[in-house]
This record gives sequence, C-alpha cells and structure tokens, in this order.
Amino acid sequence: MAELDREGASFEMGMHTEQLSGRTQQVYFSPEEAENFTYPEAFDVDFNRRTEIDAAELDSGAVNRKLRELMEQGYGTIVVKNPGAKHSLGVGILNRLQLYFEGSLGYFGCGLIDGPNVRISGRVGWSCAENMMAGTVVIEKNAGSVFGAALRGGDLVCKGDVGSRTGIDMKGGTIIVGGRTGAFSGFMMQRGRMVILGDAGVNLGDSMYDGTIYVGGKIAGLGVDAVEAEMNALDAQWLERKLRLYGLEAPRGAANMTKIVAGKKLWNYDNLEPTEKKLVL
Amino acid sequence: MSDSRDIDHFLVTDGLDTEREKDIGQHIGYRYDVNLVPDYSRLTPFLEKYIETMAWDDLNWLEDVHMGYEEGRPAVFDRNINGWVSVPEDLELPDNQQDRDMIARELLIKFQMSPRHPMVELNRAYRKF
Repeated sequence: MAELDREGASFEMGMHTEQLSGRTQQVYFSPEEAENFTYPEAFDVDFNRRTEIDAAELDSGAVNRKLRELMEQGYGTIVVKNPGAKHSLGVGILNRLQLYFEGSLGYFGCGLIDGPNVRISGRVGWSCAENMMAGTVVIEKNAGSVFGAALRGGDLVCKGDVGSRTGIDMKGGTIIVGGRTGAFSGFMMQRGRMVILGDAGVNLGDSMYDGTIYVGGKIAGLGVDAVEAEMNALDAQWLERKLRLYGLEAPRGAANMTKIVAGKKLWNYDNLEPTEKKLVL
Repeated sequence: MSDSRDIDHFLVTDGLDTEREKDIGQHIGYRYDVNLVPDYSRLTPFLEKYIETMAWDDLNWLEDVHMGYEEGRPAVFDRNINGWVSVPEDLELPDNQQDRDMIARELLIKFQMSPRHPMVELNRAYRKF
C-alpha cells in the first residue's frame, strides 16, 4: 500500500497529466537563486570530523545505513575497515564526503554516487562506480569488468588493470586506468574521456557515438566505427593535468598517446532525442 | 564552438548547418565542442568556492558542462531534468566560449542546488527511504 500512496502523491502533483510539447522544458534560471553548493536534502558534514566503521560483522545494507547515519551526524571523513569484498558498499551517496575503504569491495561498489571522494586501498569487483554522477573514486589495485558503466561525470581511477567493457555506455566524466583494459572497452560510449595508460583489448570503442579514448600502450584492435584521431596540444595539456592529480604519468608522454574517437557513421540517436525527453519526463 | 565560427552563430541563425540537421529540422545541441578544455584562469569566485567545498582539485563533472543554445536562446543542459534550462534573458553574454561556459556552470549549480529544482518535488514523491 505504501507504493500506491507514493504513486498517488505523484498524480496529485500533476506529474502524470502534464501535456508535454516541444523540445525544451521552458525552464529559466532565476538570478535570485541562493549560493548553495550542495543538494537541498544533503547532510551538512564537516571534513574535519572523522570516524571509523568496522564492517567485518556487518552486511552491506548495515554498512550503507551506518554511513548515512554518520553523515547525518555531521561526519565528513569516514574510514571503513574490513570491507571484506562485500557487494554494493558505498552506493547512492549524494553528499560531499571523504570516504576511505581499507580493503577490497565486491561488485557494484560506489554506484550511483554524486559528490563524494572515495579511496579504496584494495581491489573492486565488476561494475564499480556504475552511473556515478560526480566526485572522485580512486582504486589502488585492480578492478573487474564493466568498470564505470554508464558513468555520467566525475573522475574514476583504477591504478591497476581492469576487466572488459570498461566505460560501457559512459555518458560523461573521466575514467583513468593505470594498467591494461580488456575487450570492448568504451563500448557504446556517448561522451566523456577514457585514459588507458597500458594496453587495450580487442574491439576498443566499438559502436561509440562520441567521447574520446586515449591509450598509452598497444591496442589489440578497434571496434566498429572507432577511428584514430590526431593528438593536439589541448589533449596533451588536459591529460598531463588530469594524470598529475592522481600521481600517474603516460608511459611515453601524454603527447605520444593514441587518441581514438567515433568515426560518426553510427550517428542516429538525434532522431530519437525529442521522444526520449518526453518519455523520461 | 571552438572553431572560428561567430560566437553568436546559434543566436543569430536557426543553427541548421549540417545536412542531418536540415533533414530533421532541428539543431543538434549536444555537438558543441564538448572536449573544449576549461581555462582555469577564468574560474568565477563561485566556482572556486564550489570546488573547495567539494574538496575536488578541478571542475570534476562540470568539465562536461558548456553553454549551449536551444531554439535561439542561450541555455544549459541539466542532466538531472534531462532538458535545457534557459539563461536569464537580461544576462549579458561574454564574447568568448570559455567565459560563457563558466557562467553556464555557475548557473547550473545554483539551479540544481535550489530547493525550487524539479528534482526536489520528484524526490518527495518517489523516495523510498
């Protein structure tokens, strides 16, 4: 019944009866908006307030609830000890936060986050930071497949090797891999930047619509509609600055990386765009 | 938008430049130079404070945000509502894309973090915990 009540609330607000027309929402910025830096319902946290959680005896849900409680209490720096490769840890955090995992995470770690800075001292399973919106996630060791799937924004960094389909369907943001990446990385990439300092597996950038992939090592093979482009000074400048933030370097220098972009033979999504907006809204 | 084209091209024309755009009768707004590297010397004081508040070292996700133009009006794409948000009509636009992008980023943050943002109502209606 709770579900039905929620649906009722949305009907009362007119969300299911609004007649949509045109391509824009006719929404205008108001110059009088206050200078807020966080979402209205975000917790007011202080980075100087630090605490720890021992996750050894807790399940994933309990750890995530504990993180939320601590943010509600104003803790801005949280260390999770003994995460034990549990799945779905640190997900759905829409807050500014410094979050440290001392150990490894299982699958879906740090998914759906918007804002926090996360550091993971171990490894992560597949689909790490899936649908990440903003913030930074840095993994010191290796990562599994579909690393940064559907990434929307922010910096996702793995200092080791990652599995296949890295950045599949990514729509923005930056993925940096210190080592190698597997097959089909950048599959259906739509926007954003992917930086691979080591080698890339076969079918790199397959069916990519847009975005840019930089590779420092060898490329086993390009996918459909992925083509090599010329590196320019802006690429090198951006790469050097971004890599420096995470203590990384291109093996042969940023200017000597290989740049892969979309050949743009598969650009058909613009026809669907207006329909998509109406459906989503 | 980083090429030599007039900075106001999309404000003074219908923006239907490519064959594809002419076919479908609309300008494809996603295709400005999304990889235009931000010039950090042009950060506004608001953006500097935002970066500091979030404890980031750069613009982070805002690197992907640029001033666009929808139906002849300057606008910013808000991914949270999946639509363009027009800038105030009386806002005087700078004569270069870098400064316009910085304004777009600042306006977008103010809009997204506002209690009047459409997502606030959606959150109240649908949130599960």
